[in-house]
Amino acid sequence: MRAGSRWKRFRRRLRYWLGHSERQRLLWEEMQFHIESMTQELGAQGMSEPDARAAARRKFGNMTQKSEEARSTWITRWMGDFAQDLRYSFRGMRRDAGFTAFTILIAGLGIGASSTVFSVVNALLLRPLPFRDPGRLVWISNGDDWTTTQTEHYADLRDLNRSFSDLAGWSGFYRAGDQQLTGAGESERITSVPVTGNLFALLGVAPAMGRSFTAEECQGKYYAPPAMLLSYSFWRRRFDSDPNVVGRKLTLNNGPVTVVGVLPASFDFASVFAPATPVDIFIPWPLNDKRKPTGNTLKVVGRLKLGVTVQSAQAELAMLGKQLTSQYPDRNPIVPWLVPLAQHVSRPVGPALFVLACAVGVVMLIVCANLSNLQLARLGARQQEMAMRAALGAGRSRLLRQMLTESVALSCCGAVLGLVLAVAGTRELAHVHAFNLPLLQSVRIDGSALLFTLLAAVASGVLFGLLPALWVAMLSLREGMQDASRGSSGGKRHAWVRDGLVVSELAFACILLVGAGLLIRSFLRVLDVNLGFQPERAAALRIDPSFRISGFPQQNAFIDDVLNRARSVPGIVAAGITDVLPLRDDRSWQVSAVGQVYGKGHPPPEPFIRVVSDGYFAAAGIPLRLGREFTERDRASSEPVAVINETLARTLWPDQNPVGQRVATDGGRRVVGVVADVRHEALEKAGGPEMYLPMRQTGDYAAMQLVVRTALPPDNLAAGIRTALRPIDPNLPVREFVTFQDLVDKAVSPRRFLVLLLAGFAAFALILASLGIYAVISFSVSQRVQEIGIRMALGASATDLQRGIVLRTLGLAAVGLGLGMAGSRVLSSALGSLLFGITTGDPVTFIEVGTLLIAVAAIAGYIPAWKASRIDPMVALRSN
Amino acid sequence: MGTGKPKADLLPGTLDMLVLQTLMRGHLHGYAIAQLIQQLSDDLLRVEEGSLYPALQRLELNGWIEGEWGLSANNRRARFYKLTSDGRKHLAGESARYRQVTGAVARIMGFA
Repeated sequence: MRAGSRWKRFRRRLRYWLGHSERQRLLWEEMQFHIESMTQELGAQGMSEPDARAAARRKFGNMTQKSEEARSTWITRWMGDFAQDLRYSFRGMRRDAGFTAFTILIAGLGIGASSTVFSVVNALLLRPLPFRDPGRLVWISNGDDWTTTQTEHYADLRDLNRSFSDLAGWSGFYRAGDQQLTGAGESERITSVPVTGNLFALLGVAPAMGRSFTAEECQGKYYAPPAMLLSYSFWRRRFDSDPNVVGRKLTLNNGPVTVVGVLPASFDFASVFAPATPVDIFIPWPLNDKRKPTGNTLKVVGRLKLGVTVQSAQAELAMLGKQLTSQYPDRNPIVPWLVPLAQHVSRPVGPALFVLACAVGVVMLIVCANLSNLQLARLGARQQEMAMRAALGAGRSRLLRQMLTESVALSCCGAVLGLVLAVAGTRELAHVHAFNLPLLQSVRIDGSALLFTLLAAVASGVLFGLLPALWVAMLSLREGMQDASRGSSGGKRHAWVRDGLVVSELAFACILLVGAGLLIRSFLRVLDVNLGFQPERAAALRIDPSFRISGFPQQNAFIDDVLNRARSVPGIVAAGITDVLPLRDDRSWQVSAVGQVYGKGHPPPEPFIRVVSDGYFAAAGIPLRLGREFTERDRASSEPVAVINETLARTLWPDQNPVGQRVATDGGRRVVGVVADVRHEALEKAGGPEMYLPMRQTGDYAAMQLVVRTALPPDNLAAGIRTALRPIDPNLPVREFVTFQDLVDKAVSPRRFLVLLLAGFAAFALILASLGIYAVISFSVSQRVQEIGIRMALGASATDLQRGIVLRTLGLAAVGLGLGMAGSRVLSSALGSLLFGITTGDPVTFIEVGTLLIAVAAIAGYIPAWKASRIDPMVALRSN
Repeated sequence: MGTGKPKADLLPGTLDMLVLQTLMRGHLHGYAIAQLIQQLSDDLLRVEEGSLYPALQRLELNGWIEGEWGLSANNRRARFYKLTSDGRKHLAGESARYRQVTGAVARIMGFA
């Protein structure tokens, strides 16, 4: 039959089914009419009225049966059966409330976890980015995945390329709290992103209110933007969702600025491009301003023209890059590197999400094995019922269907609970800003998550109901009745199925535990890493002056004032100023040693540059290795100096004393000291070369962070520092007070996220597996009460009995453990990229997990064993 | 579906076709359909009343006939059926197929 007519028929059938009681009544009336007509005809042939009626009825046959037959053309039989099974299932659930509650709880936890993880995967990997036609958006970096592009190159690429309908960009070097906003309430440090004027149009984001930047606004001065766009969250927080905010004139870094628009709630720039650093405003980036920051500063995205592939665009831009590099030798080299934007955003989290998805899948398998086991145990008690049903004519397939309906109904109830948990879980995740993961804020239960939950419910219901259902269907009538009459040994076959389930539960739990164990141990190793600085009791506060510093005397007076006041606060042990904080900001220059020759094959190293004041090393806890630190006397008027880290020292002057050597960069500086390497990019990654410049000798820094080391927990001192600094600059906003521990926590947060979830899953799996083993052993004990009674009557000691039962438990555990260990050994290689400091076959983890599982199994087996040894032989023998 | 069991006194599958063919004559209720089939076949074919109604339900479900309530000759409420255009098409197809099959059977049996 054609699909169209099949669909029509399905709709008609549904309609008939929905109105089935009315339809049945009418059918009845129709048949009544038929009989009536027959009666009349027979009457006309001379039969008496009652005889004619009886004859007509006889001829017509059983009306109920006929009407059922007729009805069955539209209500297929299974629908009716299904409704009946469902009713029966609910009745059964009420009768066996304990079992039902437990099943719903376990299934709910499993399904809730699955749906939450699915929502995370959906938001981070599956759902398209929240921009117009996101498939055509491409991330264009320079050489590798992260390096930024010079604005001049950006302008040329934008003009010359034929693959993109447009290119746009934003500053790769904006920092939290870059701008100071005054007017409309208390002065505040806010985070602004300088963007090219066409960025919003390119992404397909229209302001919710007002407009985007005009071409004129993009021609102004970099340090004095005439206009700004508010992010939705900032508009709500700072302006209380004021509908008249557009057109308001405020003061940004002492310059006038106008609010030209508010971006929509759906546009969360930070959550896509810079997770965990909320963005407050956007300002225009004037490409032509000579005073804007130089160097590789721009992050670039492009929108491909229709029909252009990333590969062909890559080929074109690579060629343009070569051409530009040779045409402008004075600029930085440009090697365009194209990645679809979605891939760029989600790639870093891919492996972790894959592991999470697998883990939750394994959790679901354990849940199913556990519930299957429970159902089987319950079947022991329901054997008589099933045998009775079979005796009354229920066919095998009918019994099978009934059992499956029961389990699916249970798992769907569990799914309702799971959905509640998942909604709570996703809401929690979306509102936690602690995790440095892209798009986490958009995690929610949406249509596809609902569909997933439904599928998960049905699939798990079928999965855990299948074994018991098959069992029932195989159960022959005779056997069932006999078994029931003997009250037990529910069959040896029964026992090995349940043993198998427990073994598989243990094996899966073992795999999860090994995975979680490896990640936890990596996490501990990461936390244990030598950071090069001491995060405990150190904190930073942004203190850029609200006035414009006009020269070295003014700058150094400000620095003196800040440091003196900060150091006078009781509880402050050390204080210093830096322009970048470890694990948060970066910039690098090429630095060459005086007296060395560099070339194409031997480029000078490119250390990360930090501009710091005297006292910074002590405040951050960075140990000095050689030479001296900066002092107050390193001023503009004295000899230009620098401090380098050990890696840079080794790179520039291997086997020589670096102190006293000179570097050619920044007008030439003499190295006066060597400090320890600092992990500034990630805890997992060694620091690379670094060079520190004294703040009093340079104006080339974008921020001033006061770093203090305290004797008390830093949070207690925030108020004191604020009071102490207020006289310097009454407008000094002191909102942002970051402890170094926060920086470390944020840096490890993706790992913490994964470890927390995986450890939770593993714990859940362990509990389920131990419950499973406990249930199986207690069941086998309860089946053997008589036997145990006899043994005890014959003189078996309690210890013997206990030993037997515990040994059986350990036997099961050992089989499960063996399988699980083998599986883990194979699967753990998938974790490779997520581990740190240990190998995928880390023996400590494997041994620990093995010990833990055996211990848990022993306890789970000992309880029933202990109970068994307290059986009173007389009672046991008399019962039954 | 297949819940309407073939009756011994009709060739399997022919009841639907006969009902549709009968309805070519106009709107008829169930009893009239049964009567007409019997009469037209000179009392050779007897539609078992009970199997008629499942067949009617089935035909209606497939969209080949449509039933509506009306008054019978002696003023009683009865359900009258009529052919739909889909039903006509289906009937044409069925009778062609039936002619082929019976023709083939007849040739083999040496009737023709």
